Amino acid sequence: MEIEIKFTLNGRPVQTKVPPTMTTLSMLREKFDLTGGKLACGEGECGACTVRIDDRTINSCLMFAVDCDGREIQTIEGLGSVAGLEIMQQAFVDHGAIQCGYCMPGMIMQARYVVDQNPDKDRAMTRDDIARGLEGNVCRCSGYTKVVDAVAAVVLEEASA
Amino acid sequence: MSAVFEKKTVIGKRITKPDAPDKATGRTVYINDMVLPRMLFGKILHTDRVHAKIISIDTSAAKALPGVHVVLTGDDIPVLKFGTTRDNVPLKAGKVRCIRDEVAAVAAESDEIAAEAIRLIKVEYEDLPPVFSPTEALKEGAPVVQEDHPDNRSLEYNFSHGDVAAAEANSDIVVEHEFEVPYVTHCCMGPGCVIADFNSSGKLTIYTQTQYPYNYKMDLAPAVGIHPGDIRVIQPPVGGAFGSKLDVYPFEPICALLSKAVGRPVKLTFTREEEFINSPTRQPAEFKIRSGVNKDGTLTFRSVDCLMNNGAYTSWGPTTPVIQMRTFTGHFRVPVVEYHGLAAYTNSVYAGSFRGYGNVQATFVTASVMDMLAEEVGMDPIAFRLKNAQKPGEVTPQGSILDDCKLKECIEIAAEKTDFLNKYETYAGNRKKPGRIKRGIGIASSIHNAGGAKIHKSDGCGTILKLDDYARATLITGASEIGQGIDAVLSQIVSEELGIPISDVTLVCDDSALGPWDVGVHASRTTFVTGNSALMAAKTARKQVLDAAARHLDMVSADMDLREGHVVHADSGESVIKLDKLLRRMHFADEPELVMVSEYYEPNSELEDKNHVGNLSATWAHGAYVAEVEVDTETGEVKVSKITAVQDVGRIINRLGIEGQMEGGISVSLGYALSEELQIKDGKVLNPNFRDYKVPTAPETPEIELHFVEHDCKASPLGSKGIAELPAIIPAPAIANAVYNAIGIRFSAPPLTPEKVARALHGASDQ
Repeated sequence: MEIEIKFTLNGRPVQTKVPPTMTTLSMLREKFDLTGGKLACGEGECGACTVRIDDRTINSCLMFAVDCDGREIQTIEGLGSVAGLEIMQQAFVDHGAIQCGYCMPGMIMQARYVVDQNPDKDRAMTRDDIARGLEGNVCRCSGYTKVVDAVAAVVLEEASA
Repeated sequence: MSAVFEKKTVIGKRITKPDAPDKATGRTVYINDMVLPRMLFGKILHTDRVHAKIISIDTSAAKALPGVHVVLTGDDIPVLKFGTTRDNVPLKAGKVRCIRDEVAAVAAESDEIAAEAIRLIKVEYEDLPPVFSPTEALKEGAPVVQEDHPDNRSLEYNFSHGDVAAAEANSDIVVEHEFEVPYVTHCCMGPGCVIADFNSSGKLTIYTQTQYPYNYKMDLAPAVGIHPGDIRVIQPPVGGAFGSKLDVYPFEPICALLSKAVGRPVKLTFTREEEFINSPTRQPAEFKIRSGVNKDGTLTFRSVDCLMNNGAYTSWGPTTPVIQMRTFTGHFRVPVVEYHGLAAYTNSVYAGSFRGYGNVQATFVTASVMDMLAEEVGMDPIAFRLKNAQKPGEVTPQGSILDDCKLKECIEIAAEKTDFLNKYETYAGNRKKPGRIKRGIGIASSIHNAGGAKIHKSDGCGTILKLDDYARATLITGASEIGQGIDAVLSQIVSEELGIPISDVTLVCDDSALGPWDVGVHASRTTFVTGNSALMAAKTARKQVLDAAARHLDMVSADMDLREGHVVHADSGESVIKLDKLLRRMHFADEPELVMVSEYYEPNSELEDKNHVGNLSATWAHGAYVAEVEVDTETGEVKVSKITAVQDVGRIINRLGIEGQMEGGISVSLGYALSEELQIKDGKVLNPNFRDYKVPTAPETPEIELHFVEHDCKASPLGSKGIAELPAIIPAPAIANAVYNAIGIRFSAPPLTPEKVARALHGASDQ
């Protein structure tokens, strides 16, 4: 049995049919060839599959694809454009945060969300705030220092913009 | 007047990784993302027993499942022995020896069908008595794990220098300590994955995460039953490796055998649980160390006994004494040393190599013992270390030549930058005072091979370099890129010599059919060995270009330089001709020539002799790291607030890259110190997931301050040393030493989990 769903994917309306047990991550990878998000643990412990759905980020390995119906989804491929990298992506490149890079699509999506959602708009985010916001995203190469450097630079740049 | 170009350098600058933009946008296709036409999906049935006879395997239901193309068991294939000591086979027949054992495999049209087929396979076992601890395994009458080794003895290492008994008799103080280090695992973010594709001529193309493509062919061939020359190794981008891909593990030949059976490409991917259970670990070990010291603080001898759990099969784990011994015998001046290492077969999982290769374990022991000995003789940890630190030019008992030894500088800078002695005294004085949070500071240091490690007859690397008509360079190198950043480093080296932009260098390093020999990305060797190979090739190409310029333009090559895409007058920087124009002139001349050069670099290092003596690495590096911690004396939680790392590096090529290697390594060592342990009980893995196996995350990451001791390393034409393992080696014992400074309790077995620390503080027994 397959269920037809319609949603917005990276700004464009899409529709597809999915089995009820299919995860959002599998749908994105298999139905739409969006392989930026990774299956690294499959149980919501590592954040490598992080995508934006409506106003939140989720571990797409834990959410059923059928639940995407009617929603708005953004993946790493929908951040930035063919013409250029989004400011967060560019900051990760410039600060040397990316080594093997396997966790980075999820990390960057979460970082973008953390900065967008800064709960205290009256005060700039600290390194601790940033680190706390990224605690669900595991990276084994970078040691996180340059990740936080990159996000902090975006916070600074966007505050002065 | 022509354009003028000043002499500039890209060496030592902060260069971003060429592949980073694609990784940041999700464009990079990792091996786990790859799909080949007609590809099937493989899956392995791992046993649920730790030691058992296989009575029967019923694959009939699996074979009947629609979408299943083949089911293989050990009885369907010849005996294909492989592994470091040829004690492993891809699919086990007759008997299983540990929880990792592969008893059957399936290729099917989807992952889901393959998984369902695996569930339908019925195996009947007869359990055998197991043995789990190496001590028990060595006792008379213990269950035999490998029939060819009835005494359960696997690899053994002995080294001796000087008369230990005499040194012990003449020492003012002799102490013995015991340590035990745990199983930990790499936690590569990209789970294990391989795609095998046999063609109709019987040749195998294998897409793999391997870190050592050229020896990999030699090691994989017997496991598949083909000639190494018939294997082509493709290395797509991988999600981490850290030493875990430095051997052939059964899933790879199994995937190849499935492909051979079906005549189609087969992809086999581990789940995270399989990755935890079925990947190699770091080698666990038990140490007994006897040390002698005189009252003036002079070390007199060291005697080390290392007992290793070999597990059921032998991968690189039990060979780690080769590097470990170098630290026990050569870190600080110890005139008399002996080392004995023995690995015993058990029905446990088995270890491979993991960033630091035996030196992680050795450094935890030696750095802890150095602090304890300092206390015994009443010296502070800095003065005691400086008293025993070697000077440049000294040679260790195993023959490690410390010709540009920076150990003293590293220790002195680390002490000075952290105000070590003041804090050390203050914190020690605070132990008995009231207050829930206790601060501590600790130092550790180590030595590691920094100019490759000659564990094969060759530790070299080949490079092929060509320049096209547009002055774009292609560098075909034996180097492997697994995220560590050799792409940037080699591009910088070519850019520097040929005066072209870094972005005009294309690196080819992912296909064994193209690349020349290299020993792989391990042993902190890639910048040193492949970098010097690239430097040779770039210098040869540069000479060809300048000689041609001299001929075509009637000038003297020594008077010219290559800058920013131009041949220039070396003195004035004035352009003589654009480089691409010269290259076309060379190409289309009456006697045409292309720039396409090849070089082979072999580092000036030695194989060990049978007594483990020889200068194994072309150069050696030291580091001294200081940890500052806060211990919550109620919960036992240890927070590392700062790591100050002082690292001897020689000449830095990519400052951004080396910082990344340092910070990433420190994070791995932080996990080793505080939270990581693969818990194995009765041969079974209890915590095969990220919820119960705790790797560090961003909030636990301490402030990191890096200091590099930069100099021109004479043993390296580039001037650089390789250092990517030391940051993963040194922090853990620095943290343990800092915890001792804070609370006065010495931990001999990492990780220092809150539970362990709280029990030690409160004297609690089993709760």
